[in-house]
Amino acid sequence: MLELQDICYQVTEDSKEKGILKHVNLKIEDSFVAITGPNGGGKSTMAKIIAGIIKPTSGKILFNGEDITELSITERANKGISFAFQQPVRFKGLTVLDLINMAHGETLSLNKACHYLSEVGLCAKDYINREINSSLSGGELKRIEIAMIIARGTKLSIFDEPEAGIDLWSFNNLIRVFEDMREKIQGSIMIISHQERILNIADRIVVLADGEVRALGTKEEVLPELFHASAEACSTLMDKIV
Amino acid sequence: MDQLQMHMLKKVADLHSVPEGAYNIRDNGTLAGRNTTANIDIISKEDKPGIDIVIKPGTKNESVHIPVIVSQSGLKDLVYNDFYIGEDADVVIVAGCGIHCGGSEDTEHDGIHTFHIGKNAKVKYVEKHYGEGEGSGGRILNPTTIVYIDENGYMEMETTQIKGVDSTIRDTKAELKDGATLIIKEKIMTHEEQYAETNFQVDLNGVGATTDVVSRSVAKGKSRQVFNSKICGNNQCYGHTECDAILMDEGHVNAVPSLDANHLDASLIHEAAIGKIAGEQLIKLMTLGLTEQEAEEQIINGFLK
Repeated sequence: MLELQDICYQVTEDSKEKGILKHVNLKIEDSFVAITGPNGGGKSTMAKIIAGIIKPTSGKILFNGEDITELSITERANKGISFAFQQPVRFKGLTVLDLINMAHGETLSLNKACHYLSEVGLCAKDYINREINSSLSGGELKRIEIAMIIARGTKLSIFDEPEAGIDLWSFNNLIRVFEDMREKIQGSIMIISHQERILNIADRIVVLADGEVRALGTKEEVLPELFHASAEACSTLMDKIV
Repeated sequence: MDQLQMHMLKKVADLHSVPEGAYNIRDNGTLAGRNTTANIDIISKEDKPGIDIVIKPGTKNESVHIPVIVSQSGLKDLVYNDFYIGEDADVVIVAGCGIHCGGSEDTEHDGIHTFHIGKNAKVKYVEKHYGEGEGSGGRILNPTTIVYIDENGYMEMETTQIKGVDSTIRDTKAELKDGATLIIKEKIMTHEEQYAETNFQVDLNGVGATTDVVSRSVAKGKSRQVFNSKICGNNQCYGHTECDAILMDEGHVNAVPSLDANHLDASLIHEAAIGKIAGEQLIKLMTLGLTEQEAEEQIINGFLK
């Protein structure tokens, strides 16, 4: 489905070249893939490179066998890539219904549009005509962002930390939403997440750290290693404190 | 009515035929149609061009349409319309002016509207300005609106100029007594070399007087806009003014909000934000499959909705 071939992304910082992604090779064929790893490891950059928002310095991206490296954001979206932002964007004047319709690609019946909101645990009648402006909380925006991705129903859906900014109560619902999507979706879901409960429902987990793929495998293969590593980090820290 | 007149009526007053209720249609400086009702009278002025619209106290759920069409190139039309809205009335007034300029001379309409809103009366005033035509002459509209709101009266004014007006200076002045409220929502889009200047002044004279003056505008091409909004708090009152503008191409916007507090309990706020469309807004809509141009259109349409 999606293949990253030798993807590099470099930026210049204080007149020094810095590698954000270093020769990343990755094939995503499973239905539910979680990308995890420390902050600053390159996860969001990788997602933006797949969506076409950032151009890689070198390397190739193949989607269903087609080289999409040079395609624009719009062209990639129309080929079937969706991307839920970590920090959703606000729009003065545009309503939730406007965005759900744009996401779906045609005007939906009110019932159908409301259905997508209900899927993410929002009471549709309270939200459907609301403007996507600063009157909505971060958590509400995140859920609307997810509803838009469900409304698109594309072959590849990428979520950048969907749990960030969502309260604990809503988080349980969010897990249910992804479990549901996993059952229904006809394509692949790729989620950037730090949450164990999301990692637990993934078919495959990719650990990205310092711009490199450090581990790749099922949760049974990756999780023990991951938690062992973090336990070690904790004990090192404890040693320093003590 | 001919096709051009019907087309212009649709643009400025959303009318598909002669409206129900009271109306007065002015075409090229002359009366083209009028209807009055038991509660709403329309009388031509004798000393100068224009009409008096008199709405009886207690009139509820009625509307008045007073569209103006100017299609004669070179015409300079000046009109004085005075509205007297009786106590406890609740009405909708739809004004609007459409200029169709087919010649090379400037065509101009200056409407001076004065509202006297009685105690506890409620008015929704909708005003649309629109210009079109293949002629090279300028399409000029200079509306002046003067508003006096008596105790606990309420006025909501929606004023829109989306297309085709080359030059406009829009002056609005209001005086509010105790408990009176004035809500103004202005929407402007300018193109090419157009110029739009807006001057609001609201005097909050009464206890508990309230105003909210909000302008949203888009300046495209090489167009220029000036937004002056002054709120004077002369009593215990609340005032808010906001100017939100999107710049495109080589557009220019000068926003000058001003607050003048003359009373300890006057609470006044102003906000102004000018800038181009945020890149992340475009990117978001492009990830939904829209082209950059489609995304831009959606953002502008939503902003001016």
